[in-house]
Amino acid sequence: MQFLEALLPNLITKLPELWECILETLFMVAVSGAVSFVFGMILGITLVVTRKGGILSFPVLYNVLDKAINIFRSIPFVILLAMLIPLTRLIVGSAIGTKGALIPLIFGTVPFFARQVETALAGTSHGLVEAALAMGDSPMQIIFRVYLKEGIPAIVRGTSITAISLIGLTAMAGAVGGGGLGDFAIRYGHQRNQTDVTYVTVIIILLMVSVVQMIGNYIIKKTTH
Amino acid sequence: MIELKDVSRTFDSAEGRVEAVRSVSLTINAGEIYGIIGASGAGKSTLVRCINLLEHPNSGTVTVDGQELTALSPKELRVARKNIGMIFQSFNLMASRTVLDNVAYPLHGRNMSRQQVVDKVRELLRLVELSDKENAYPSQLSGGQKQRVAIARALATDPKVLLCDEATSALDPQTTLSILELLKRVNRELGITVVIITHEMAVIKEICHKVAVMDQGRVIEEGDVFSVFAAPQQLLTRQLVESTLRLEKINSLVEEDAEVVRLAPGEQLLKLKYLGSNVSDPLISEISRKFDVNCNIIFGNIEIISQTTLGTLVLIISGYPDSVSAAIQYLIDNKVEVEVLHHAVS
Repeated sequence: MQFLEALLPNLITKLPELWECILETLFMVAVSGAVSFVFGMILGITLVVTRKGGILSFPVLYNVLDKAINIFRSIPFVILLAMLIPLTRLIVGSAIGTKGALIPLIFGTVPFFARQVETALAGTSHGLVEAALAMGDSPMQIIFRVYLKEGIPAIVRGTSITAISLIGLTAMAGAVGGGGLGDFAIRYGHQRNQTDVTYVTVIIILLMVSVVQMIGNYIIKKTTH
Repeated sequence: MIELKDVSRTFDSAEGRVEAVRSVSLTINAGEIYGIIGASGAGKSTLVRCINLLEHPNSGTVTVDGQELTALSPKELRVARKNIGMIFQSFNLMASRTVLDNVAYPLHGRNMSRQQVVDKVRELLRLVELSDKENAYPSQLSGGQKQRVAIARALATDPKVLLCDEATSALDPQTTLSILELLKRVNRELGITVVIITHEMAVIKEICHKVAVMDQGRVIEEGDVFSVFAAPQQLLTRQLVESTLRLEKINSLVEEDAEVVRLAPGEQLLKLKYLGSNVSDPLISEISRKFDVNCNIIFGNIEIISQTTLGTLVLIISGYPDSVSAAIQYLIDNKVEVEVLHHAVS
């Protein structure tokens, strides 16, 4: 204990707050992650099936979505945070705090995840889709029984990449008072020059990332034949 | 069973318009094994996709089993497609499913219990001789085994037609033969009409009853496999046939003036083609004795196509000019087709 006090003089006095920040980060990742997963998946699937030559080819819709995703992806996240303040107030009632960070996190993650899903599903060979069509499958059956089923390993890979990038975004959301580990590190580690706080925060985030990566790799291994 | 009327399919791409299939009309009778042959780019893969409307023709009608597919709604078409099995060059099995689940794939949504599905799949796996592989994944199978699984899957819905798009092109010759044997058995035992797309005349020769030759989107020649082999009408068909009979070799030897076909003055290089019954007659020894000519056989080949024999001989004949002419006339009288490939004037 004395050893820890000597090594982490500042952090040791803030353990309850650190714990709270970890929970806040996990909350932001879980909620915005879950919402982004659903919307990103729908968008990604829509992109794959509506593009030219897709099973529900609809180039106009494809082009609109494609451009919209590019636009949102090219806005730096810090700017997105500020830009979305009015919308956030409208939806969750407040633009600050952990809840206030959710909307920007979702807007930052959905386009990214949609691209991941699109890439994952586009990897499904055209031959499989053709075989399913020849067997009399409907477009919906092809989405669920070919694209999603055959794409599981690739989708899991895209999901873990997105989750890791989302953990990074939550840290940035701290910059506007979003709470969580990023906020913690900036307030103490940076502004008060308590470097031990910074290091411990980084190690905790590193652990989170590693756990996500491990789970992802495990599922990929189990679902690849 | 299958009737294509004036079917055309064009593709518009950045490089311009490609007419893949140009007003093709074909009739394929129930129970036939029908081959469609052509070089890559001839439009045969597009044509076979027009049969189950994976490619929708720009014009023309497609009728399968009395049902005009080109007139159906998307939903009706999906039902009709269950009546038409299809296998592919790249097998197109689902990597995440076991052999059993791959074969069971098209049975989804039918009022069948899991046990009924499993029984049906096992019966199909027995037919394709893969009973021991039901729990394997496609990545654990060889190419030939994958194609057998694909055939079992295509047969799961008890279709009346089986379309094969270059089904053996990715396989080695030995495996190709075993897959063709299987298709032949499927045709014979289940009475399924089989349509085979291939670029290999050997495949046509091995199992087809009828053949259509495609070139640049058109069917340029069509008929019984035997008559097409015995008397090809078009240049392309002739080339295809000669390459399977390995006759092209002789032509190039003559062109190169190789030693084996070099003629002494008065000698002639003949190509003899004989069909069916006269194969068994000892015509060569007969002309040697009767006309006092010498025959030096350079090349010989006998093919059995649709249970009929087609023989080819290339030989150098020498002797007195009158005897040689008389010998040739004798061969012609005995219904042997004689072609003088080269004649060294004395």
